[in-house]
Amino acid sequence: MEFKHVQTAHCENGVIVGLLKHQGVNKITEPLAFGLGSGLFYIHIPFLKIQGGPAIAFRSMPGSIFKRTCKTLNIEMNRKKFNDPKKGEQYLNKKLAENIPVGCQAGVFHLDYFADEYRFHFNAHNLIVYGRNETGYLVSDPVMEDVTTLSYDKMERARFAKGALAPKGHLYYPSKVNEITDAMIRNGIVKGIKHNVRDMLDIPGKLAGVKGIGYTAGKVRKLREKGQKEAGLYLGQIIRMQEEIGTGGGGFRFLYAAFLEEAVAYMHDDRLLAFSEKITKAGDLWRDSAVQMAGVYKGRLTAQSDYDAIADLMLEIKAKEFEVFSGLRKLKLK
Amino acid sequence: MKKSDLPQDKSALENFTKELCYVQNEDGTYSTELSQGWDVKKAALDNAWEDINDQLELAKEEVKNGTKSPIYYFMLKSLMDLQILSAYSGFMKFKIKRHFKPKNFAKLNDQTLNKYATIFEISVEELKEYKGE
Repeated sequence: MEFKHVQTAHCENGVIVGLLKHQGVNKITEPLAFGLGSGLFYIHIPFLKIQGGPAIAFRSMPGSIFKRTCKTLNIEMNRKKFNDPKKGEQYLNKKLAENIPVGCQAGVFHLDYFADEYRFHFNAHNLIVYGRNETGYLVSDPVMEDVTTLSYDKMERARFAKGALAPKGHLYYPSKVNEITDAMIRNGIVKGIKHNVRDMLDIPGKLAGVKGIGYTAGKVRKLREKGQKEAGLYLGQIIRMQEEIGTGGGGFRFLYAAFLEEAVAYMHDDRLLAFSEKITKAGDLWRDSAVQMAGVYKGRLTAQSDYDAIADLMLEIKAKEFEVFSGLRKLKLK
Repeated sequence: MKKSDLPQDKSALENFTKELCYVQNEDGTYSTELSQGWDVKKAALDNAWEDINDQLELAKEEVKNGTKSPIYYFMLKSLMDLQILSAYSGFMKFKIKRHFKPKNFAKLNDQTLNKYATIFEISVEELKEYKGE
């Protein structure tokens, strides 16, 4: 079948955009999908460690952007999970034979078209399968520049990867797409922003939303006691969550700024532009903090004042993002 | 981030993809641009791998001097921990820990060895014969 590959910053947005464009919905862009799905977030989960570093996320739970965006746009999704890999394979092949491109959840470790350096056991990646031949599947992976292929064996391993967030063969495709009107998008923007405001400001406790940034800052301030090596791994982990492929840069903040900019045109509301600018500034500050953190794990910056400088910068970011989301709340968008 | 500030540093993305980033044009409007990497995060990724490789070297030594079985080494080589290996194999963690002991490893039947070998994507022979080289 004919499938037009769309490259995006983030895989989840990318699969939505790719599958919807295939259905002729051209209005949807990555920033819109991200904003309608209230994708921006911050959370620091203590106790949980990932490769020696903290579990930190700059975006909402895997799958949630997808769910919220489809709900807002009244798109019906057909989704399935499987216990038996063979049944999962048969179902995928059947859909492909019906000329339906299918979104699949996949474990990154088994995707050998990625460079080895990136292949960790992360199971919430998303890609589109749009065909197959004798040797394997034709894959449109949204973070890749171009389409690629994956062998039958690797596809099965990826779709049935085990561990946290195991995909269990999870696949999905839009079963019914109604016309998407500007009014629906406007409505979605209002809802999406409101939800994001709540996520960033209202979650009780000190770990989620802007408060979470302050929590991480406190941890960073005390990091020097743990020694250079552990501190380096800790900060490196933050940077990878913040800047690695899939984020669009600056911990998804630039992507959100692009969303607010698009929202101006739909909402005919110039006030949003100032918030786009402010969240851009927050993204720039995140990038600055990454540069300083790199100084620590490259062994260039080792004094307590260097750790304090990073923590202070994070508090500045916290204040900036508080300003953005409390300001958005005050707009009382309708 | 301004379009002109987008880093184009050599990184592990080379020969596999360029990543899409959101950047501001001169007039402040947003557009997307491809980047081939950024030194700052390359160092973070290199650091993480250095740590993994250090652990692998230690594991090799432990297999060589007979304190750990090959299963332990190949678990780390597959970037797994007990939790992940337990999910893949269906074995409880304490059972896997027992298989880390060379004495118990020597007694494993072919079915169990085959299960591990399939998970690690190696042959049963490679698993059995691994001496920590």
